[in-house]
Amino acid sequence: MTSSALLTIILTPLLLLALATLLTWVERRLLGLWQDRHGPNRVGPGGMFQAVADGIKILFKQDWIPPFADRDVFILAPAIGMMTALLSFAVIPITMGTGIAGDLNVGLLFILAMMGLGVYAVVLAGWSSNSKFALLGGMRAAAQMISYEVFMGLALLGVVMMAGSFSLHDIVTAQAGLWFIIPQCLGFGVFLLAGIAETHRLPFDLPEGENELGAGFHTEYSGMKFGMFFIAEYAGIVLVSSLVTTLYLGGWRGPLLPPAVWFLLKTGGMVAFFILLRASLPRPRYDQLMALGWKVLLPLSLLNVMATGTILMLRASL
Amino acid sequence: MFNTLRTLLLTALHAFHRRATVQYPEQQPYLPPRYRGRIVLSRDPDGEERCVACNLCAVACPVDCISLQKTETDGRWRPEYFRINFSRCIFCGFCEEACPTYAIQLTPDFEMGEYARPNLVYEKEDLLISGTGKYPDYSFYNVAGIPIPGKERGASERERPPIDLHSLLP
Repeated sequence: MTSSALLTIILTPLLLLALATLLTWVERRLLGLWQDRHGPNRVGPGGMFQAVADGIKILFKQDWIPPFADRDVFILAPAIGMMTALLSFAVIPITMGTGIAGDLNVGLLFILAMMGLGVYAVVLAGWSSNSKFALLGGMRAAAQMISYEVFMGLALLGVVMMAGSFSLHDIVTAQAGLWFIIPQCLGFGVFLLAGIAETHRLPFDLPEGENELGAGFHTEYSGMKFGMFFIAEYAGIVLVSSLVTTLYLGGWRGPLLPPAVWFLLKTGGMVAFFILLRASLPRPRYDQLMALGWKVLLPLSLLNVMATGTILMLRASL
Repeated sequence: MFNTLRTLLLTALHAFHRRATVQYPEQQPYLPPRYRGRIVLSRDPDGEERCVACNLCAVACPVDCISLQKTETDGRWRPEYFRINFSRCIFCGFCEEACPTYAIQLTPDFEMGEYARPNLVYEKEDLLISGTGKYPDYSFYNVAGIPIPGKERGASERERPPIDLHSLLP
């Protein structure tokens, strides 16, 4: 392993953490914009250092572990959330040949696996907190994330079939002519919804559900442990956004501008869309969420897989 | 589905709306003249204190934040001290309504933040202003039938001289 690779490994998580922290400010500013107000605009240029101020504040908060909690698991849970979110970035190709793990030939599967592991963070947090609200949140998170993971994988199957590879590089390369959002529009929609549910962002933030569950699975968390859940959520948004960019929006491809800029632009747009969702949509009821998942999105993703397969077979036989 | 997309679009369009926020310290909000803010004690056009220490404001005050003591010089009543505890005051304006001499008035100023609570107790020197406030021409002793040095009984505005009961003249 060269020293430059080591440097990348050390720098990337730091950069991601900084980015996720900054995203808290971006989100508040954008929410303000869409709600006809300003949002934090006092600290630093445009309020940019608000995130730093918040970070410093949360670092100095008491890190309280409730005496009734399962201590070890309680500490482990946010770490899992953070770790899986950051590990997934290892295979995201920002441009041709970049990415920590390089061109992993099962990149997509790796990300799905990491997302699957990410469920443990919320479930264990809900379980180890040993309190009603946290447990309810954890249960919801488990049901929601596991069921949405099913057709997230199925939706991705269309992309994989068209590209003929699990490697994210190959998938982007396969979009040279046409972005997959056109032929895979159904899969795109399903993946997007599943992605929102996966990061448990509004409108699918039922595991947290402030109005019903206090704060859901992280009710009992305080200080930087809560901060880790928080930052992991934002890292999750960036992850899903960059995944959508890579899989459906042609990754780093685009005219004129350098590839990295295109990737960042598209990802940024997706992040903004995530925030727009939060700004505008109300949270569905829990049974509506599950019904949407199993009765609408699952058949749709299966249909997508079938149609894609049929068309590819027909094209191959011609 | 269509509704959801429409919601998203409408929310996104709000990016081009005017923001409702008033950026307070830099951009001062408009306060109407009758805004109920910091309480002042005004003076009459001659520069004398209007307050006659009648205690009506203190009686009207629902939170008992006004405290004063009467003193008398040359037939004029004056407050010896006049104290308003602004950490209690609820800015209801009842004192202003109760005041028979327009002495106590509420002003459009609310920036009275302090770091220590005792600093919110305003004494008479803090409350007195040099002007007449909202009633520029009003002077209580000019219209009240009370004799003060320089003004005999019956010399007030719209007041006839007192009737001499011992005189037979019509």
